[in-house]
Amino acid sequence: MTATTAAQAAYIVAALLFIFSLAGLSKHETAKAGVVYGIGGMVIALGATIGLATQSIVATGIALLFGAMAIGAIVGAIMAVRVEMTGMPELIAMLHSFVGLAAVLVGWSGYYEVEAKGGHPAEYAGGLLRIHHAELFIGVFIGAVTFTGSIVAYLKLSAKIKSNPMMLPAHNWLNLGALVAFVGLTVAFVVKPNLALLIAVTAVALALGWHLVASIGGGDMPVVISMLNSYSGWAAAASGFLLNNDLLIVTGALVGSSGAYLSYIMCKGMNRSFISVIAGGFGNEGAISQDKEYGEHREITATECAELLRDAASVIITPGYGMAVAQAQYPVAELTKRLRERGIEVRFGIHPVAGRLPGHMNVLLAEAKVPYDIVLEMDEINDDFPATDVVLVIGANDTVNPAAIEEPNSPIAGMPVLHVWEAKHVVIFKRSMATGYAGVQNPLFFRENSAMLFGDAKARVEDILTAL
Amino acid sequence: MLIGVTREATSGETRVSATPETVGRLTALGYDVLVESGAGTAADFADDAYVAAGAAVGTTDQAWGADVVFTVNAPTGEQLDALKAGATLVGLLSPGLRPDLVEQLASRPITALAMDAVPRISRAQSLDVLSSMANIAGYRAVIEAAHAFGRFFTGQVTAAGKVPPATVLVAGAGVAGLAAIGCAQSLGAIVLATDPRPEVADQVRSLGGEYLPVESADVEVSATGYAKEMSEDYNARAAALYARQCPKVDIIVTTALIPGRPAPRLITAEMVASMRPGSVIVDMAAQQGGNVEGTVPGEVIATGNQVTIIGYTDLAGRLPAQASQLYGTNLVNLMKLLTPGKDGQLVLDLDDVVQRGIAVVHDGEKTWPPPPVQVSVAPAAGPPVKVEPKQPPKPKRPERLFPVVALGAVLLFLITAFSPNELLTHFFVFALAIVIGYYVIGHVHHALHTPLLSVTNAISGIIVVGALLQIGHHDTTISVLSFVAILVASINVFGGFTVTRRMLRMFTRS
Repeated sequence: MTATTAAQAAYIVAALLFIFSLAGLSKHETAKAGVVYGIGGMVIALGATIGLATQSIVATGIALLFGAMAIGAIVGAIMAVRVEMTGMPELIAMLHSFVGLAAVLVGWSGYYEVEAKGGHPAEYAGGLLRIHHAELFIGVFIGAVTFTGSIVAYLKLSAKIKSNPMMLPAHNWLNLGALVAFVGLTVAFVVKPNLALLIAVTAVALALGWHLVASIGGGDMPVVISMLNSYSGWAAAASGFLLNNDLLIVTGALVGSSGAYLSYIMCKGMNRSFISVIAGGFGNEGAISQDKEYGEHREITATECAELLRDAASVIITPGYGMAVAQAQYPVAELTKRLRERGIEVRFGIHPVAGRLPGHMNVLLAEAKVPYDIVLEMDEINDDFPATDVVLVIGANDTVNPAAIEEPNSPIAGMPVLHVWEAKHVVIFKRSMATGYAGVQNPLFFRENSAMLFGDAKARVEDILTAL
Repeated sequence: MLIGVTREATSGETRVSATPETVGRLTALGYDVLVESGAGTAADFADDAYVAAGAAVGTTDQAWGADVVFTVNAPTGEQLDALKAGATLVGLLSPGLRPDLVEQLASRPITALAMDAVPRISRAQSLDVLSSMANIAGYRAVIEAAHAFGRFFTGQVTAAGKVPPATVLVAGAGVAGLAAIGCAQSLGAIVLATDPRPEVADQVRSLGGEYLPVESADVEVSATGYAKEMSEDYNARAAALYARQCPKVDIIVTTALIPGRPAPRLITAEMVASMRPGSVIVDMAAQQGGNVEGTVPGEVIATGNQVTIIGYTDLAGRLPAQASQLYGTNLVNLMKLLTPGKDGQLVLDLDDVVQRGIAVVHDGEKTWPPPPVQVSVAPAAGPPVKVEPKQPPKPKRPERLFPVVALGAVLLFLITAFSPNELLTHFFVFALAIVIGYYVIGHVHHALHTPLLSVTNAISGIIVVGALLQIGHHDTTISVLSFVAILVASINVFGGFTVTRRMLRMFTRS
């Protein structure tokens, strides 16, 4: 057993542990065990790598290594502990950007290690050197796209920039142009590597990442986040090829393909093609054409709503991003508890793309101690609306819009939605009559069995609690 | 103009086409009303009451000689001869079932309006005699069943022991079926109902009944608002449902009618034989041949196992005052429609779908059948939308993927075959890991998407391994780059795992 074979053995164990970790996270019962597996795998991988690295490097190198890790660990832990559950999407977007940045840096280091020195190192015999050039380029490209894409996603999610899709003229051609430029630069770099080309590809990739996410609207953020997750995986895999490291390849491919599949699930939830979401620009087309007159909406007071709830036998709550914005999950959980104590059946219906992160609503409700077995998915609950007395729509709009199935011309036509209007009464918590993310008017508000409860969702739910 | 209200000649008919109350409303529209002497006797409306309401009382000839003649049932040839030229005849003419009558009517210089041909659109509901009669009949069917049934409908716990509630099965949740459901429910019975149209399930539930769906792909969305004949597959499944229910229920009310066709046979002799002694069946379709095998129209019979089958064909007429009042009101609503000026002048507008629909003969010209009227009875969602999402996802034929898989395999083969040895194992690992990633995530619970994302995110911080291997080889640039890479990737690793653990701790079960 040499140090290298020991490290390889550790990598295999770590890779298997990562697989167990992901598998464990697909069920509530095994989720916590899954995280333990993941941490175990990471400890083994890092231990083996550090052991391997310290054999050949100088003392200052070791100091730098531990110094960097210590700072990273502290910063990461502080961020993770401090983050509000409503701020989860921003945090995850930011973490993605770090992976992207690391991939770019690893690629650049690779350049200085091999290409910048010139000549033909012995370990890259024959065509291997050229493959190394290509791998380096691909790694930097994917990493840079992930980096800026995640930064834009972070800025949009934390409302530091507008979440409207940016619409440059011919944006699809810009994306395509960037890809063509990437291919051209790669070929040039493989033929004759130099720093200018590396800088050029980094710049192109950074711009592409920025543009890709900037032209996707905030409503598609769940897809974007899991897509960036996928990219960060591919970036890691590309670095693995560059460094001849199977652990990086395995882990990167695992993350990459699982992230891609998750994005696909999200897209199916919105009934949109994956390509069209990634290409961006959704949400501003139909927005103008929707001036159809739906009639008058009806208002309701918190006291009346409390009465409705008191007389109900079954209640379904369908939360959306608005609940997260208003931080209303705690009063909602309290309301749930109170209603359940009265013997009223309360359940939650979660649309797959509610919120700005896959599973965002589940996390918020879990934070407020809503038991997860009454939080149901759209498909599980959609048939139950006709037998429901009251539906509370809290901060959701497009995900409960009947236009998606009734108006074939609507921009959201065909998107699966929660059939809240089939219930006896629907109470919609909303700040104003403004349209939802897709910019589409919601005929639900004008239905006879609907009533609007205007104001801040948190304050209104608290009013209802008082009235109960 | 003069409206003549005739006395019904059909034996057993108890209804009359106007009541003292509706007479008042007709005169308010500007009409003079003449009631044939004794027309309302069977419905307990005396001639004097009509006179008090403003009508004249006259002879048979006077009534039939009016400008507008109201009847309940279709007139005989003799009665038709008494109509004067240009008169308008209004009644239940069943033009669809009686082509001979249509011909007879068309051979005279009159106008004939069939009240049982009102199209089923919302605007015409106030004229829809079939609905108002079906409502009464459905109620009466339950009352007849209760009368023949030797037990309570409602469950009771008494000092003399516990009484279970009766179970009533209503076949067909049209107007009559819904009325029967409501009535049986208010008497305290447990009510089950079947219907080929799944959209009526809510209506059944709203009246307190339980809807029993027939599990079949053959879902009916009727364009005319009436039932149509169902496929064999549906009928077989429905029969299985009835066979299952018959031994369990006490009362069955069948209401299945298809316009212009014999009534569908829902309950066979074997099913009747499987019922408990003392059970009661009311076959509301007896006139059209009956939904139940063994029904005798107009009769009450008992089967060998003491099941009573009631085949009355005059259920609505068994509530004569009620039926007359509703029918009379339907006629008043018709006259409102036909008297736009409220001046006692009848104007028939054949461009109006409602008036066109009921006009059998217009000034001696046959106008039957009318063009079909599209009626949306289906809920607002509209039929095409309603059906599409309900379809089970089409099983994708795996063969279709074969070319794609083949192409991918060839490409992969070529890439790998032309790669240097050192890359081969990497490709191998890479390809397998992609597949594993896909399958591992395959059935992730939707609530765990966020924790999954943050864990994969932490794991992809494994890129730190790359930077670790690069740092500290006497090259300052590389060391600086690697230092930053290690730092940010470490944030990822530690931050990702910490936040995931935090989230998962919050998930609790009730």
